[in-house]
Amino acid sequence: MSTVFGQVVKRREDPRFITGRGQYTDDVQLPGMLYAAILRSPHAHARIIGIDVEAAKRAPGVVAVYTGRDLAERMGSVPTAWIPPESDLKTPPHRALAVDKVRYVGDGVAMVIADTRYAARDALDLISVQYEVLPAVVNQVEAMENGAPVLHAEAPDNVAFHWQIGNATDEVFAQAEVVVRHTIRQQRLVPNPMEPRASVAQYNPATGELTVWVTSQNPHIHRFVLSGILGIPEHRLRVVATDVGGGFGAKIAVYPDEALVAFAAMDLGRPVKWTEDRREHFLVTTHGRDHVEELELAGTRDGRIQAIRVRAYANMGAYLSTAAPGVPTILFGLIVPGPYTIPYVGVDVYGVFTNTTPTDAYRGAGRPEATYLLERMVDLYAREIRMDPVEVRRRNLIPADEFPYHTPTGLEYDSGNYHLALSRALDMADYDGFRRKQQELRAQGRHVGVGVTTYVEICGLGPSQVAGAVGFQGGLWESSTVRVHPTGKVTVFTGSSPHGQGEETTFAQIVADKLGVLVEDVEVVHGDTARISMGWGTYGSRTTPVAGSALAVALDRVLEKARRIAAHMLEVSAEDVECEDGRFYAKGAKSRSVSFQDVALQAHLAWNLPQGVEPSLEAQAFYDPANFTYSFGTHICMVEVDTDTGDVRIDRYIAVDDCGRVINPMIAEGQVHGGIVQGIGQALWEGAVYDEQGQLVTGTLMDYAMPKARFFPNFETAFTETPSPHNPLGVKGIGETGTIAATPTVVNAVLDALAPFGVREIQMPLTPERVWRSIQEGGQRS
Amino acid sequence: MEGSKCAITLSVNGTSYTREVEARLLLVHFLRDELGLTGTHVGCDTSQCGACTVLLDGKAVKSCTVLAVQADGCEVTTIEGLGRIDKLHPVQEGFWEKHGLQCGFCTPGVIMTAAGLLNENPHPTEEEIREGLEGVICRCTGYQNIVRAIQYAADRTPEVEPEPAVEVAASAPTGGAQELTRQEGEDA
Repeated sequence: MSTVFGQVVKRREDPRFITGRGQYTDDVQLPGMLYAAILRSPHAHARIIGIDVEAAKRAPGVVAVYTGRDLAERMGSVPTAWIPPESDLKTPPHRALAVDKVRYVGDGVAMVIADTRYAARDALDLISVQYEVLPAVVNQVEAMENGAPVLHAEAPDNVAFHWQIGNATDEVFAQAEVVVRHTIRQQRLVPNPMEPRASVAQYNPATGELTVWVTSQNPHIHRFVLSGILGIPEHRLRVVATDVGGGFGAKIAVYPDEALVAFAAMDLGRPVKWTEDRREHFLVTTHGRDHVEELELAGTRDGRIQAIRVRAYANMGAYLSTAAPGVPTILFGLIVPGPYTIPYVGVDVYGVFTNTTPTDAYRGAGRPEATYLLERMVDLYAREIRMDPVEVRRRNLIPADEFPYHTPTGLEYDSGNYHLALSRALDMADYDGFRRKQQELRAQGRHVGVGVTTYVEICGLGPSQVAGAVGFQGGLWESSTVRVHPTGKVTVFTGSSPHGQGEETTFAQIVADKLGVLVEDVEVVHGDTARISMGWGTYGSRTTPVAGSALAVALDRVLEKARRIAAHMLEVSAEDVECEDGRFYAKGAKSRSVSFQDVALQAHLAWNLPQGVEPSLEAQAFYDPANFTYSFGTHICMVEVDTDTGDVRIDRYIAVDDCGRVINPMIAEGQVHGGIVQGIGQALWEGAVYDEQGQLVTGTLMDYAMPKARFFPNFETAFTETPSPHNPLGVKGIGETGTIAATPTVVNAVLDALAPFGVREIQMPLTPERVWRSIQEGGQRS
Repeated sequence: MEGSKCAITLSVNGTSYTREVEARLLLVHFLRDELGLTGTHVGCDTSQCGACTVLLDGKAVKSCTVLAVQADGCEVTTIEGLGRIDKLHPVQEGFWEKHGLQCGFCTPGVIMTAAGLLNENPHPTEEEIREGLEGVICRCTGYQNIVRAIQYAADRTPEVEPEPAVEVAASAPTGGAQELTRQEGEDA
């Protein structure tokens, strides 16, 4: 067989990006194109008394101005697409432009369409809106209190949903030798892909066809949802998202904005473009995390964890975004027991409306939150029983011979060797040596610390039957079409929608591996509903396990047909044909062979095909995975804290991840690097902050600290490979592991460094000021 | 505002352009919307992200913070003019070789920043490279492979005489400096 699977292959998408020839949504230029700008509420909570758009309408270059009232009867509500069962989910309407009331700073109020970007922006200043400002609430715990401002009449207590799972009882905790209790806050983050969201729409009134270019991780979901909002038949709607400049979850959601642009293009009969600026991204594009969690862990004195219980208050923002309700429930609650044999688990989640930007998936989506709380609690427990935190993990990790392993939350972990990843990482880090050195340095007044995270991640979302059972309003299978051309070149059409993950390369490697063709002879097409029959998109670390497997199944079908044609050409039976490196051989007679290209040509000429074999060489697969798959690993971070300034320096970062079989180690490593940086970003620098009036005070890249190159050492990465039995490639996901593992690893390292000061908790992000204050306050702070 | 238009003449990737532009027009919008050179991207509105970085007379600048009228009489190099696919600039080559990009959106700006950095310091240390990337943000790569990419390019830069970062298309005439400036409309 060819050995391209598992090898470093340079990325095939790179030539266009390194020469400036990509085509992102804002790069689309159409004749007669107009530009949209959206007026956004400056108030977090206010009644709209009146809107005067006359001056804006008269401004130079302005073609149209729309308000919420203009559209109320002409556009549907923007829906949520995840309704967790038995959660009493409230779905108040979410209008594309607010009609009576605005509910967060950034809520759309009016849209201007003009002939240039600048003219559209200028005209926003000429719109006069009369507001009656109402009290706002931004904190989810305060929003549940009596007398808090109410956002939606449908949810008078501001509770959007209440979801529970688990088997942990009060009795378990009452009888435990050790109980650790703690409250943490996992701060709100802004995804900030470097490409702002954008949308371009073009409508042909004669054919009724609407084309929408949009920054989307899932163009078919965009088509499905937009067709409902706009009332346009799905077969007349094409959604294109070929080059997308990062997503991290923020480009899953269907926002009001792309629906507005599409509406305007249809209404005016001219193409319309809208691109958010970074300020709008901060205000309008979904945020991530924002949990307050009350935690309890029960265990024995000798380090056995018996139960973990979580009550989480998840800030949903002002409206329920597309996938939002699934994030703090299904993607969070089910994985709370993590990689440990914890017999009792209890998760109780309140999703709460507040006057803030809606939250939704952000890289890891629920799984980082679960991993963070668990790893923090394991370290606190270790401290409580005076045991090394690595030893506690060793005593609780699921042993390799217990897979498939069933969690108390109903998951079936497919495969794993958690101890192997842990020991590999400890070796790389020289953990014992570090502990000895730590003692020496402490004696010298230097404060170094180490954090160790062992994690498991739900990825490869997921079988459709499970999607239905957990309330996701879509399927989670994936499609793949393999089209072999007469010359033997191959085009693959995938329903996944990569936006940086490199599937144009890894999928070509899967093809090359199976068919024995060259990687250069394969083209991978994605992100266009007119070219790809169906797909559910890229998120939840599902592209390789689900869409990659769909491709593998389609390739098997191609290969099977090719084998039959080859057998006919070689005048032997199909069972007597062997395939190797792109050639078909008669078994036992290697001199008699035909190439894959020969077969492809004969398949298309169809002059002499075997009985019952149709012309052409193309196959399609609609693959629904057997189950989720579970990546895992161990991350270790070593830090030094400057106790005079509170500054944290990362000295080393070690990541050992297991995503099953690795297709392209270079790309897998790149995913880990990026994930780690985002995870460390949450630990040390990033955080969205609202004031009490609901103004986002970290609303630009000047105020919101993004990780920069000089903050990091080189990461030391390695992979162990435990194949997944749940899919034909034996693969798992790798896109989110770094983000999931890095945050607790770094925070635990800092807290380990500060253990001599009795510091038990520092609110993320661990800015120098907070670290310094916690040292000053020492053990008084908890 | 509308009406106050100014005539400017500037060279972009070796081609001379004369245009009437609004005084407030940003260079990046001139490049993208007027000239259709969409390789230069806009990632923010506060000059933090660096996705819009171009070379202005050989120096890396953020084109979202330069007015088109300020570039009057200048030579601008965008990602489209740095190297061609059959003759890549060493930095472009490094990004491809070392997996220095994922989604590719920040990439043109990061490459131009790196080209500017290597113009000033052809053999930077790793620390100098990381410091030199202070003006750009990449959300995908974690920077490590960007650093490797720039090291790769630096390793291919001769010790004595640094290569000019502004490399006009290979097919351009090479006789004299004045011939490097082609006229608008000519095919490169």
